[in-house]
Amino acid sequence: MVERTPFLNFFTHLILFAGFIFCVAPFAIVAIAASHNLRDVNDVPMSLLPGSDFWVNIKTAWVTADLGPKLLNSFIMAFGVAAGKVIVSALTAFSIVYFRYPGRMLIFWLIFITLMLPLEVRIVPTYAVVANVLEPYQTILDLTGISWLIEKVSGVQVSLSLGLLNSYSGLILPLVATATGTFLYRQFFLTVPDELTEAARMDGAGPLRFFIDVLLPLSRNNMAALGTIMFLWAWNQYLWPLLITTDQSHAMAVTELKQLIPNVGGAPEWHIAMAGTLIIMLPPLFVVVLMQRWFVRGLIATEK
Amino acid sequence: MEKRVTFSRWTIGILFAVPQLLLIFTFFYWPAGQAVYWSLTLQQPWGGGNIWVGLDNFRSILSNADYWHSITASLVFAGISTGLAMFIALVLAALTDRQLAGSWLYRVVLIWPYGIAAPALALAFRFILAPEAGFMAVVNQVWPGFWDPGLDGTDAMTSIIIAFSWKYVGYNFIFFLAAFQAIPRSLIEAAAMDGSGVIRRFWDIQFPLITPTIFFLLVINITESFQDSFGIVDIMTAGGPANATNLMVYKIYSDGFKGLDYSGAAAQSIILMILIVALTVVQFRFIERRVHYR
Repeated sequence: MVERTPFLNFFTHLILFAGFIFCVAPFAIVAIAASHNLRDVNDVPMSLLPGSDFWVNIKTAWVTADLGPKLLNSFIMAFGVAAGKVIVSALTAFSIVYFRYPGRMLIFWLIFITLMLPLEVRIVPTYAVVANVLEPYQTILDLTGISWLIEKVSGVQVSLSLGLLNSYSGLILPLVATATGTFLYRQFFLTVPDELTEAARMDGAGPLRFFIDVLLPLSRNNMAALGTIMFLWAWNQYLWPLLITTDQSHAMAVTELKQLIPNVGGAPEWHIAMAGTLIIMLPPLFVVVLMQRWFVRGLIATEK
Repeated sequence: MEKRVTFSRWTIGILFAVPQLLLIFTFFYWPAGQAVYWSLTLQQPWGGGNIWVGLDNFRSILSNADYWHSITASLVFAGISTGLAMFIALVLAALTDRQLAGSWLYRVVLIWPYGIAAPALALAFRFILAPEAGFMAVVNQVWPGFWDPGLDGTDAMTSIIIAFSWKYVGYNFIFFLAAFQAIPRSLIEAAAMDGSGVIRRFWDIQFPLITPTIFFLLVINITESFQDSFGIVDIMTAGGPANATNLMVYKIYSDGFKGLDYSGAAAQSIILMILIVALTVVQFRFIERRVHYR
């Protein structure tokens, strides 16, 4: 506030308030619709006073879409992706910042390029790889003649096969295979003073010791930020789980939303649909509210 | 920037990079290569491997009117939703940055939409914009037949644009606000001393200083509108009515996994990759020139 501008301040408040309504109204409408019964939710216009059936609807949605196990699956997947990213990215960034080996820049660029093409655009072949993750290696062995050699020498035919459809690893690993976190750590490691490394080496610490005892404790903030946004990102994945989980025991909460859309011709059960939406919206919303600082910081740091 | 002090035992260094390299080889480079291979071959119906068909897959896709329709729909979607989401977020962030009483509330609440999964907000908006219940039904009562995303292509497109923009207003707001807050207060105060008003300060100081953020968000929003739209389309319109909202990623999914046309879907993936890269290059080439980096 630099000067007094009562007129402009009034407009500022007005527009900001409109923006506030714009952001909050959908949440409010979902919550209110979830508290009505079948007749009230289809009233035109729908009453904005909450009805009394909130818990009944939540329970019905929970049972209809079988949300208990689905939410658990979502949690496992989101934690898996977040943990995988936090660990794998730290290792790689350590390698490309703290060592000088031939091909280091090549590795750097190989990883950097993965930022360009997200999973959605290469979804069809990635699906085929997950159906048998060892297929790339089998093909390489075949092409280089190694499998022929092995067959000649030992009489064993090499056929590597490991399907990951309908498994947690199939859900998690392809989502970990991008460069997002690596650059966050790299930027941070570059700001760590060289004197720390020198001191650690003077005290006789090897790279592993330095990594675990000095670098990781210093990166705690970055880990929290990266973990938060990766958790949200993984929780909100839709296309990938939709393809990989054909069997209900591995289905995610977000992909279950489709089961809740009222059928054409059936009863328009919007109150149940909205109750389900509310349940699925809440965990990421909690994370955003509780971890706001890390969330904002993580977003801004990873994308730059 | 390079480290002055490093470790000399580089075998250990390479070992640290191995997990990520294995992952990106298996789940990124191999599939990407596979997509190129599939797009140039055709799978035989009774097995027996793929036969080489050169650019035939691309030719048949590019001569298909449905595909061009899908490209147009994607570009319209990308253009309008990016414009809306960025404009609304920019205004809200600029006003929040004035730090009037209560601005902490907006700082907290306006980022919420970005946390929500695209399909979840799509279902919420499907209800809010439903023609027979919810809120557009009121409009339909006054002007019968005014709004029906199930039948009218424009209405369906409008619905998915609203849902997508809502989410990305939250995202853009985070970045715009951070950019505004990075501008030194003393600069604003000095300009105010010289007698410039709020609007003048915005155009002459703040706007030029946040152009890097605007540019960055433009690139990200357009790229995301091609990818993150899948969940919204699948829940709200399923590509309909009459393919009006059959955006490119949705078409890859439905041709590849419902139509089981892997070669066609792979060729479409390649075209989509080229399109995204080309759009990014064009933005860097023509818009970045106008960006002021400090």
